[in-house]
Amino acid sequence: MDDAVTVRHLVVDRGHRRVLPGLSCAVPAGAVTGLLGPSGSGKTTLLRALVGVQRVRSGEVTVLGEPAGSPGLRRRVGYVTQAPSVYPDLTVRENARHFAALYGRGARAADDAVATVGLADAAGQLVADLSGGQRGRASLACALVGEPELLVLDEPTVGLDPVLRVELWDRFHALAAAGTTLLVSSHVMDEAGRCDRLLLLREGRLLADLTPGELRTDAGTADLEEAFLSLVRRGEGVSA
Amino acid sequence: MNGTVATTGRVLRQLRHDPRTLVLMLVVPSLLLGLLYLLWRDLPLSPFDGVGLTMLGVFPFVVMFLVTSIAMLRERTSGTLERLLTTPLSRGALLAGYGTAFGLAAVAQAVVTVTVATTLYDLDLRGPLALVVLVAVADAVLGVALGLLASAFARSEFQAVQFMPVVVLPQFFLCGLLVPREQMAGWLQAVSDVLPLTYAVEALQELGRSETVTGRMWADVAVVAGAAALALALAAATLRRRTS
Repeated sequence: MDDAVTVRHLVVDRGHRRVLPGLSCAVPAGAVTGLLGPSGSGKTTLLRALVGVQRVRSGEVTVLGEPAGSPGLRRRVGYVTQAPSVYPDLTVRENARHFAALYGRGARAADDAVATVGLADAAGQLVADLSGGQRGRASLACALVGEPELLVLDEPTVGLDPVLRVELWDRFHALAAAGTTLLVSSHVMDEAGRCDRLLLLREGRLLADLTPGELRTDAGTADLEEAFLSLVRRGEGVSA
Repeated sequence: MNGTVATTGRVLRQLRHDPRTLVLMLVVPSLLLGLLYLLWRDLPLSPFDGVGLTMLGVFPFVVMFLVTSIAMLRERTSGTLERLLTTPLSRGALLAGYGTAFGLAAVAQAVVTVTVATTLYDLDLRGPLALVVLVAVADAVLGVALGLLASAFARSEFQAVQFMPVVVLPQFFLCGLLVPREQMAGWLQAVSDVLPLTYAVEALQELGRSETVTGRMWADVAVVAGAAALALALAAATLRRRTS
């Protein structure tokens, strides 16, 4: 399988802290890859580097064949930040239509994206009046509307009830089946089982790059949380 | 171009969902002008014509400066700016969209204020009212541009609102209203020469005293527009795609 993203020797400092001390990894195309690790492990920093908004010290990040942050990629990559970044003083529909316009798409595409995240009934409501989970989905709709080739999602399922979470994961797999590459970060290990491939991050280093099945076999336990912990205990760098 | 139109529409829709802000924007300048009118109404030598005229330029400048610096600060702190910068929207289009949206709001504000001032308060204005509106709008766009620029230097809304007196009051003190520019100390006059509000006020005074439109008035408007363009360019330079 081709890689949609390759990262080589990426070094990122935030303040005086070295968040990524030379990370190398790859994200396969047309699959759902989970970026997992405890909070503070550098997940968001890596995602920001992929979408080209993170100042990097050194290293190489190639996204869909172009250097990360290239102007041409802005049409091809969708990014959903951890905190919902939509306008609270606009309705869900107005938010989606605004981002649709920026991607050169019409009102129809916007309404479809709103329906996709299950907010069709709330389309006329101000985002400020929505629940936390609904806000997150509104934010997701604003990325889906551009029909990007690569969708970068930072903790998209935080604050969602289990039913919605399952629905959203089904949606992610449907997108991947249609050819979209998804990179989804999470600090909840039980979501790891839903990914096609896992990148396990700890303190800015890649602890493992494997499938959920391999992780279970490797650690000799069916529980992914347990498996992750045993990897951590075993020490750094299973594969890099 | 598409990005500018989309941004303009979005900012105007945000305003529409905030009717109280809209009403404040449209009504407050007229009410304050009314207070000045009442203050001087019974005095034999009322300075209202001069002051009122100057305020037609000061109100849109102050209001739009405040509103945009807060609006842009919110974009920065809420993550929407970072998100916009990952979309095909160019930085110039984003800022032009802001300028256009608040420029349009300024047209409405100026039409209301000028109409009220010349009818209810008998403000003596000889030049064409449309040009008074034009100067007010140029002033508003200047306020927008400086507000966008100032937001880059504010980390919080508390800081942002305090840029208002820093940016506005010196320009107001030195624009020639409190002391005629010819009577200022030489160095203060030199400072006044480089402050854009000076030219906006001068343009309004030209429109106040003569029925024919003077070349100086147009030159003043050009200076204000040029200063706004410069501030917008500087604001664009402060919008970094990559941040630490």
